[in-house]
Amino acid sequence: MSMPFYVAPEQVMKDRADYARKGIARGRAMVALRFSDGVALVAENASNTLRKISEIYDRIAFAGVGKYNEFDQLRVAGVRAADLKGYQYSRDDVDARSLANSYAQMLGQIFTHEMKPMEVEILVAEVAYEPAGDQLFHILYDGTVMDERRFSVLGGDAESISTRLNASWVEDMELGAAVRAGVAALAGPDRVMVADDLEVAVLSRSNGRRCFMRLAEAEVAGYLGVPTEQTPAAAEVSGPVDTPDTAETADTLDTQETPDTPETS
Amino acid sequence: MAMPFFVPGDDPGANFPELLRRIGLQAAAPTGPSPDVGVPHATTCIALRFADGVIMAGDRRATSGNLISHRSMEKVVQADRYSGVAIAGAAGPAMEMIKLFQLQLEHYEKVEGSSLTLEGKANQLSMMVRGNLPAAMQGMVVVPIFGGYDLRRSTGRLWAYDVTGGRYEEQDYVATGSGSLHAGTVVKIAHHPQMARDEALTLACRALWEAADADSATGGPDALRGIYPVVATITADGWERVGDEDLGARYVDIAAEMRSRA
Repeated sequence: MSMPFYVAPEQVMKDRADYARKGIARGRAMVALRFSDGVALVAENASNTLRKISEIYDRIAFAGVGKYNEFDQLRVAGVRAADLKGYQYSRDDVDARSLANSYAQMLGQIFTHEMKPMEVEILVAEVAYEPAGDQLFHILYDGTVMDERRFSVLGGDAESISTRLNASWVEDMELGAAVRAGVAALAGPDRVMVADDLEVAVLSRSNGRRCFMRLAEAEVAGYLGVPTEQTPAAAEVSGPVDTPDTAETADTLDTQETPDTPETS
Repeated sequence: MAMPFFVPGDDPGANFPELLRRIGLQAAAPTGPSPDVGVPHATTCIALRFADGVIMAGDRRATSGNLISHRSMEKVVQADRYSGVAIAGAAGPAMEMIKLFQLQLEHYEKVEGSSLTLEGKANQLSMMVRGNLPAAMQGMVVVPIFGGYDLRRSTGRLWAYDVTGGRYEEQDYVATGSGSLHAGTVVKIAHHPQMARDEALTLACRALWEAADADSATGGPDALRGIYPVVATITADGWERVGDEDLGARYVDIAAEMRSRA
């Protein structure tokens, strides 16, 4: 008769968390930051069709990093929950807080009860009628919810991106400045990002009932202009640096699907 | 409220009415013999094509038998950016159908990441009308008109429906509701597909005027309360509702013309 090995619960949780973190770290990051007219969402995304940022409801946006199929499933569940709530009650009753709680419940449940945790980090952003009410809910793979005030950073390398954004973020930025700050924080000192590498959307108070709006590539390029953070020389250097990057455009899911050899066992 | 989550093979996709069924939120169809419940009815909507797209117009009156139950009902509503829907029939089911239709178009757009084509929207509405058939048999008839601007073909398009969900694309104009015969005739006489916006708007206003003149269930312009028909244009720039000042001025002109004939 075989006896199952005893594994301490701490170890199980730690293994799962490590597994999820590793999956998330493989993907490219995204940032969301408050600006004068709402919330700007900037993601590094080589694909122009598979989105990381999308609309949930009139004033609510969703963003996810990590495994595409998993956060897309969460996105659709969010759209459904929001539309059902708006249909049953009123459009004004749909709020980011309850949506974030539902997401947290679901992710927590999956983290503790399923074979494998979701390798995602998601963001639920809501733009209020007044700037002070804007909300950013950052939800981790294990259901941890964080209510962030100024900006959120999701994905791999979050710490250094946070540090950069912390230095550049100021209250009441214009949209252009917010996009530039977000892109500069994502890119870091060694890279130059062009509009094609980015997916940018805003939740804008002045956008009518549906506040969510994607920015077209030309518009993003307009905001970025001639790279101001870098000298033109640095921009030229980026040419060859970018080339290997384009080779992995098929990597639309952002995670290289190489099977992760488990370290234990 | 629990977040709706489905396994891949069992997923309702971008279909909101199907989602409502799964959640158990859909109202049961009425059964039993047809009772005379006297629900408010809404009447006379027209839609016509003009050079830049489509004009949709509808009066504001709802009636219960011989009583006016509502003076400022909006039977012509925006469905999404490039389409609108006009409804005649039992007001309750009609308003619910409009609400569900608007929601379905938005839900599809959000879930799928792109809008339905105009043809797809027309078909979607057709299925909703068909779904209402059991209620229609009980007297709760809902007959919509759907119109919009087709971005792929760069033209305005119109559809008429029947109670069974039959969907018929019209080339020139459509009218629905109790005053549709009068309104339709007025449009029929003067309409041509290349009409300019101004001319077409006046024709739509005139058609509703004549319908209100001859049909007790259709409301005319109410200058006293400032209630005018809902008139909207749908062009390449999207849905645009015509303001009450504009409509008021057109009705002053129409009235002046009627007086000059007397």
